[in-house]
Amino acid sequence: MADAGAAAMAVNGVTKRFGGLVAVDNMSFQLARNEVLGLIGPNGSGKTTMLNLISGALKPSAGTILLEGEDISASAPSRIATRGVARTFQIVRMVPTLAVLYNVAARGAFAHGRGWGRELREHALGLLQRVGLQGAGDASVATLTYIDQKRVELARALAAEPKILLLDEWLAGLNPTELRTGIALIEKIRAEGRTIVIVEHVMDAIRSLCDRCVVMNSGAKIAEGTPREVLADAEVIRAYLGDDDLGDDLGAADA
Amino acid sequence: MSGGGDHHTVSFVQTVRAALVLSRREQVSLLAVALIFGAAALLPVFNTGYWLSIGVSIAMFTVLATSWTLFSGPTNYIALSTAAFFGIGMYIVGGGLPYLPFPALVAVAAITGALFAAVVGLATLRISGVYFVIFTLGLAELVRQVVAWAQHVMGTSSGLYVLIGMSDQAMYWLLLGVAALVYLVGWFIGRSRLGFALRIIGNDEVVAVHSGINTARAKVVLFVISSSFAAVTGALVAPRWSYVEPSIAFSPFLSFEVVIMALLGGVHRLWGPLVGVIPFTLLWEFISAKFPAQTTLLLGACFLLIVYFIPRGVVGLIEDTVRQLRRRKSDNG
Repeated sequence: MADAGAAAMAVNGVTKRFGGLVAVDNMSFQLARNEVLGLIGPNGSGKTTMLNLISGALKPSAGTILLEGEDISASAPSRIATRGVARTFQIVRMVPTLAVLYNVAARGAFAHGRGWGRELREHALGLLQRVGLQGAGDASVATLTYIDQKRVELARALAAEPKILLLDEWLAGLNPTELRTGIALIEKIRAEGRTIVIVEHVMDAIRSLCDRCVVMNSGAKIAEGTPREVLADAEVIRAYLGDDDLGDDLGAADA
Repeated sequence: MSGGGDHHTVSFVQTVRAALVLSRREQVSLLAVALIFGAAALLPVFNTGYWLSIGVSIAMFTVLATSWTLFSGPTNYIALSTAAFFGIGMYIVGGGLPYLPFPALVAVAAITGALFAAVVGLATLRISGVYFVIFTLGLAELVRQVVAWAQHVMGTSSGLYVLIGMSDQAMYWLLLGVAALVYLVGWFIGRSRLGFALRIIGNDEVVAVHSGINTARAKVVLFVISSSFAAVTGALVAPRWSYVEPSIAFSPFLSFEVVIMALLGGVHRLWGPLVGVIPFTLLWEFISAKFPAQTTLLLGACFLLIVYFIPRGVVGLIEDTVRQLRRRKSDNG
C-alpha cells in the first residue's frame, strides 16, 4: 500500500509499440506530490502518447505506472479517472449540447461519485469562478472563445479534486495576450499545491511553471532536471534544432 | 457566494431544478400528462371496434418506440433488435400458457428479455457504429432461426396457439399502463446521474471515459431496460395474433417501423416518439389498406424522406420554429 513517502506517480520502464513503431521507449520518471513536471520534446517525440498511457486511453506494451504506489497500467480510463487522474486534451473536447456548467459538472458527478444536485452545482460554480468564467454557466459552449473553452476544460479537469492533473498543450493555439492570461491561470492552479504534468511547447511557460522537466525524443527520455538545466543540455538543443530552427529562445508555440 | 454570482445561480437553478425537486413547471406537466393518459384511457368507452384496434396499435408502438429511444436517443446507437425481444416475449406467452398464468408469463418475459439483453449488451456494446446496427439486425434473425429449428427438432408445428380470451379493451389498458411506466422510467433516468452520463456518452465518449463514467455499464443498463420493455410488449400483445409463428414474432419489419416512428417524432425528448407514432400508425393503416402489395417499398421511402428532410424529427422542427418565433419577437420588441 502507498505510504506517505511514496511518489504521487511513478512511471517504470513504460514502452508503447504501435506495430513496428515504438512511440514510447522504456520511459521512467517519478512525480513527487505538489510537483509540476514539464514533459517536453520536439513534435512526435511521444509526449501525448505518454499522457494517454497515464490517463489509460492507451495501455502500455511493457512497464508499469503506479499512482500513489498502486499499479494503474491495466485499469480502464474511467477507473483511472475516478482514482484521481484528470486531463485536458490537446484539441479541446467539449460536450456541445450541454451548457458550460454541465460540462464542468461532468467530472464532478462521476469521478467524485457523490456530488449531485445542489452540492454539485455549487461545486461547479466555484470552479468556474476559479478559472475566471463566473457568470458563463448557462452559456452554450459553442459561443465561447477558444481560451474560454480551454478554461471550461480546465475547470472540468479540476472538478473532483484530482490527485494528478495532466495538461496536454493547454496553452497551444492561444494568441500572445491570451497566452499571458493562460500562464497566469496555470500559475494560480499551481499555487493551490497541485501535482501537475504539463506537456507544452511554450518555453516561457515551461520556465515559469515547472519545477522539473523530462525531455523526450523519439519516444525515449534524453534529459531530466530543472528547466534551466535541461534547456542548456547539448542533446536537448540538438533534438530541437534538428527538428526546427527555433534556436536558443524556444519561444513560440509550435503546435 | 458573492452578490455578483446570485443572478447566475438563480438562472442555473431554473435549468437544473429537475435534479432536485419538482418545479412548478414540472408539476404542471406531470398533471397534464396524467390528464392525457386519463383521456386516452377513455377511448374504449367511445369505440370498441376499428378505432380501439388502432388505439391498441398506437399504444403498442408508443411503448416500443419510446423505450427504444431511452437507449438509442442519448447513445446514438441504432438498435434493430426490437423484434428479437418482442418475439421472445411473444413466444414465452405462446409456449408457457399451458403451464403458467398469463400475468406470470409477462413477468417471465420481462426478466428473460432483461437477462438476454444484458448478455447481448455486454458482448456487443463495445462495438460501435454500423457494426452494432448490423449485429442487432442479425440478432432477431438468429433468434428466429433458433426458435424455428427448436420447433422442428421437437417435432411440433411451426407455430403456437395463444388462445386466451383477451379483449382489445383489456389489452389497450394494459399497454397504456406499460406506456405510463416507460415514461416514468424515462423521466427518472433523465434526472438521474445515469441520464447525465448518457448525454455525455452520446456527445463524446472520450470525455465521458475521462470524466470517470463507466460507459459500458451505462449503455448495458439502458439496453436492458429498453429491451425488457420490448419483451413485455411482445408478451402482452401475443393474444392478439392467437397463432404465433417465427416470421410474425421476429419480423425485422417491426424493428424498422419502431426506428422510423421514433426518428419521425424525435429522439431527444421523452415525448418525441409519440409525435411520430400517432401519425405514422394512421398513415400505415391507410397504406396497408390501399396498397397492401407495396408496404415495404413505401416504408423504405418514408425512411429516406424522414432522415433526409427532418433528421431531428417533428419535435426538432417544432423547437426550431418556436426558437425562430421567439427571436423574431425579441427582435421586434
